[in-house]
Amino acid sequence: MTTAPGADELQLLLPVPDEDGAPFWEYAARGELRVQACTSCGRLRFPPRPCCPHCGSFESEWRLMSGRGRIWSYVLPHPPLLPAYAAQAPYNVILVELSDAPHIRLAGNLVASADAPLDSVDPSRLRIGAQVQVVFTETGGMTVPRWIPGKS
Amino acid sequence: MAATLKDATAIVGIGQTPFAKRLPASEKELACRAILAALADAGIAPGEVDAFASYTMEETDEVEVAKAIGAGDVTFFSKVGYGGGGSCATVGHLAAAIATGQATVGVAWRSRKRGSGPRPWKNTAVQLPTPGQWTRPFGLLRPADEIGMLARRYMHEYGATRDHLFNVAMACRNRANENPAAMMYERPLTREMYMTSRMISDPLCLFDNCLETDGALACVVVSAERARDCRHKPVYVHSAAQGLPSQHHGMVNYWNDDPLSGPAWTAARHLWKQADFGPADVDVAQIYDAFTPLIPLSLEGYGFCGRGEGAAFTEGGALEIGGRLPINTGGGGLSEAYVHGFNLINEGVKQLRGTSTAQVPDAATCLVTAGEGVPTSAILLRA
Ligand SMILES: [Zn+2]
Repeated sequence: MTTAPGADELQLLLPVPDEDGAPFWEYAARGELRVQACTSCGRLRFPPRPCCPHCGSFESEWRLMSGRGRIWSYVLPHPPLLPAYAAQAPYNVILVELSDAPHIRLAGNLVASADAPLDSVDPSRLRIGAQVQVVFTETGGMTVPRWIPGKS
Repeated sequence: MAATLKDATAIVGIGQTPFAKRLPASEKELACRAILAALADAGIAPGEVDAFASYTMEETDEVEVAKAIGAGDVTFFSKVGYGGGGSCATVGHLAAAIATGQATVGVAWRSRKRGSGPRPWKNTAVQLPTPGQWTRPFGLLRPADEIGMLARRYMHEYGATRDHLFNVAMACRNRANENPAAMMYERPLTREMYMTSRMISDPLCLFDNCLETDGALACVVVSAERARDCRHKPVYVHSAAQGLPSQHHGMVNYWNDDPLSGPAWTAARHLWKQADFGPADVDVAQIYDAFTPLIPLSLEGYGFCGRGEGAAFTEGGALEIGGRLPINTGGGGLSEAYVHGFNLINEGVKQLRGTSTAQVPDAATCLVTAGEGVPTSAILLRA
């Protein structure tokens, strides 16, 4: 790229919820981490979908999670990247397994505090198995979960 | 109607264009050139073609191709989903169509201008609904990021190291160095180059990633009976399979109970069930290598070693000529050309014809696989 990125290009991508995913983002806007659960058999499922792959029920509810988790894996992306991400690279993307439901794993970023940049945690602090805690940040009219180091 | 696909059809023609970072011809022209070359190689007139198979992310469709090359009435056409996961399925679909009498001469092809065209991951907005809403906003933007996540976990669980990934990159590069058609011909790779190269998505560095390439390839499939009259020794389609595992999520298979067991495992079970031989009898393999970690994962999935043993398998020159399982003998996606794996199909044919630039002596069986991570496919070829 020879031209400097415009303001739009420096905006991180926002989630585009689909019908099944919308409740996740609505709860996030209230500061709640909730995962879809089957009201017939009780099993959690992620990503959200219309029916339960275990019992076939179309009835579901959104169950509140504690917000605690552990790093299952992570990457440190380097350019070439979209401009908003290149500006913070290398940053981290972590995959968090939830303490309440280890088979539910959420992609996110480990940051020093909710509104800190994606590269605000020293990469040497990233460890598989490290405890993390969910926080929420508002960006461009959407609220997204992020993660801060938890008690070890 | 044949009860089995086993050896009922054969690949009798292969064709390709040059591979380069930039080629002036359009994707359509490249596709036509590769297809006509494959038909000429088979000694079959374009007017006899009555079946086409391609896979998604292919811009040239069968309508355009058929009228350009002068195909006859087409009675079978198929487009397999999931990009590079569909490469081998094209041959599988043609084999099924021909074995069941739906068509007689089938062409599969891939044409790409990935070297000079836009990178698909840049068009991120359209991917943001499911499942992109769960990954893209957090900066998990590119396939390298998605596979890097699995690679890091694999290294953590099984003690795999960057040296193991280097073994993969090195084997592919060594073969490309022997292949004048390869993008990396006469461009050796050293361990130092690998270890000091820039990171793309740590733990994956530049040399863990396939090449952005312009180019096209095609192959021709006919019945085994017809194959005996063609110009080259038939390369039989011995077994074919696709794989979309239960609860699979695509390249971000993170929500599966076992994210490190990908579609290769599903395809392999069906592939071997239909075959007269097993992994130990495979003379040479062409394994989809968009990223180096796909090789150890695929070695496990296709049964060349046990779970968690794929990295160790690469040690001691196992993947080189003369090793336990020579792979990607044209250089693969990492060092010959990244054309969504179609070069692996044609290279498999060359091995069984005995015409590879890195020939495995007396090779009679070859496994070819498609993109692992996405819903995939594979074929077993035999001489
Ligand atoms: Zn249920």
